[in-house]
Amino acid sequence: MTMNSTGRPTAPTDIAAAAGAPETVSGSRGLLQHEPLIFETDRWGKTGVDLPAPRGREDRLGGLARKSAVDLPGLSEPQAVRHYVRLSQRNYAIDLGLFPLGSCTMKHNPRLNERMARLPGFADIHPMQPQSTVQGALGLIDELAGWLKTLTGMPAVAMSPKAGAHGELCGMLAIRKALEVRGELETRRRVLVPASAHGTNPATAIQCGFTVDEIGAGKDGLVDMEALRVKLEETDDIAGIMLTNPNTCGLFERDIREIADLIHEAGGYFYCDGANFNAIMGRVRPGDLGIDAMHINLHKTFSTPHGGGGPGSGPTVLSDALAAFAPVPFVSQEEDGGFMLVEEDRREAAHSFGRMVAFHGQMGMFVRALSYMLSHGADGLKQAGEDAVLNANYVQARLKEVMSPAFDGFCMHEALFSDDFLGDNGIETVDIAKGLLDEGYHPMTMYFPLVVHGAMLLEPTETESRAELDRFCDALADVARRAKAGDETLKGAPYLAPLRRLDETRAARKPVLKWSPPARESVAAE
Amino acid sequence: MAEDWTMHPRYYTREHEWVTVHGELATIGITKFAAEQLGDVVFVELPEKGKSFTRGDDMAVVESVKAASDVYAPVSGEVVDVNGELEGAPERVNEAPDADGWFCVLKIADADELKTLMDEEAYTKFCADEAS
Repeated sequence: MTMNSTGRPTAPTDIAAAAGAPETVSGSRGLLQHEPLIFETDRWGKTGVDLPAPRGREDRLGGLARKSAVDLPGLSEPQAVRHYVRLSQRNYAIDLGLFPLGSCTMKHNPRLNERMARLPGFADIHPMQPQSTVQGALGLIDELAGWLKTLTGMPAVAMSPKAGAHGELCGMLAIRKALEVRGELETRRRVLVPASAHGTNPATAIQCGFTVDEIGAGKDGLVDMEALRVKLEETDDIAGIMLTNPNTCGLFERDIREIADLIHEAGGYFYCDGANFNAIMGRVRPGDLGIDAMHINLHKTFSTPHGGGGPGSGPTVLSDALAAFAPVPFVSQEEDGGFMLVEEDRREAAHSFGRMVAFHGQMGMFVRALSYMLSHGADGLKQAGEDAVLNANYVQARLKEVMSPAFDGFCMHEALFSDDFLGDNGIETVDIAKGLLDEGYHPMTMYFPLVVHGAMLLEPTETESRAELDRFCDALADVARRAKAGDETLKGAPYLAPLRRLDETRAARKPVLKWSPPARESVAAE
Repeated sequence: MAEDWTMHPRYYTREHEWVTVHGELATIGITKFAAEQLGDVVFVELPEKGKSFTRGDDMAVVESVKAASDVYAPVSGEVVDVNGELEGAPERVNEAPDADGWFCVLKIADADELKTLMDEEAYTKFCADEAS
């Protein structure tokens, strides 16, 4: 059996053999079909379509025509379709079951959204069409922007960022531009980032040319206010802070108003990572908290697909202090009621920090997000956020007898556990995650946030019914109980996944990033 | 590097780094405790030779299957040598954090800073306190 470098089996599980089934010639086990890589099919030197050779065409390539084969497998349409469908059957998706990945907000993607996005007036337009022919689409962007501004209590929003981290970049570039206009870009170099932040936050700050200082978390999982005050007293070069609220411990930063005041008094700006906005949607307006910029993940909070099904979309709301620096283009409504895209050449964009994308953002996601908002209504969005928090607390309450909650009290949208309950019995967080695979669930986020030892972070979202939450909690509680009792079989999990424990260490230490052809001689001989 | 450098006095930081002082030089690495907490180390980013750091600066990065962590300069000084072997063999950090898994050598700028570090006894107690 193939083992990984920690001595765990990596080979596919042969459940059928364990059940006494005979070996098969095909390598498939019943309807669990054996599927090689597309490059490892036997279609080398063949073509999947039979086209007549073109006649009477002049060669205009000037001797640059390819002489050798393109080295791609030649699959027919049914072969290509089957290959990808077989692979997709090994995938796990929100459409298959509960997806508790923390800080990812893996909520259901309503089919109504898909239907709206496929309306020809949205689906079949082109970014280079005359604006007069896409007034409905521009109007939709404007309406969505209006919802986002209302929900966040912020005066402006940049719609073009195409992901959460792209939105962070947008916010930080706006802050950078504001400092430049103030003539303080050279002297304000430091961005504060709490220890529980998403890894993209410090990366964004560095990308914008700032240096990053970490602010520790207190014992309660919140920003250590004393450490923040000391840092602000010791330094005079603060550009801003990047804070997530609720934070990645699943806790609301209750001192956020004071943090905003302190940062503003120090002359800096307040960037809020809006990844966890689902928890406070409809109840808290970031604009009321003193935030200057915040991205919103439409693919989390507003139900557009993600986790392989994207693309993402990260509109970024901006305060009065930053609104003038928003990127171009943006939609503006004219006096005659028509809509237009404001580009660099317009006076309104005189202070814009520039352009982030070629056109205006993820149109398909805008349609889906607005569809979600309109179908829920303002009261429905508020309830969605409340139900998400309720579900997370239900999970925390059901599991706290077996596992160790990282912090006391209620959580927000996600429940965080440490590995304290495992003691030193040799079973680790990763073993629990792998055990959960055998129970038929995607595992939780593990080893993040870093401020909690052996962290397990669970975000069920409002999508799940109580019955489904119970089934999930029964499964996880059982795995956790086995782990606590030192059940060594967990070290071998998963037993029932298409592949067992992959060699993550070797993959990271010696990554093979390029496919190499197997036994090319036999191909050449054909 | 002198063969017996591991025998020289060794100090520790609260960030779980060790500092072995030999004359005006200090060899730096992460402790066994830190290596165990990180799990399998998969990548080490070392500082450039000739670069100077102030105590507490981010000096190197160590990345494991679980997490990425900064390695801070335990004392101020200039980098005079780095353990280039770690780039191809980051597993040395897990195999021998106290010896072959060393990160770099600094030329100590201010020997007084060593007084702020812990000796082995104090560090052992520090780890025990942190675990409880």
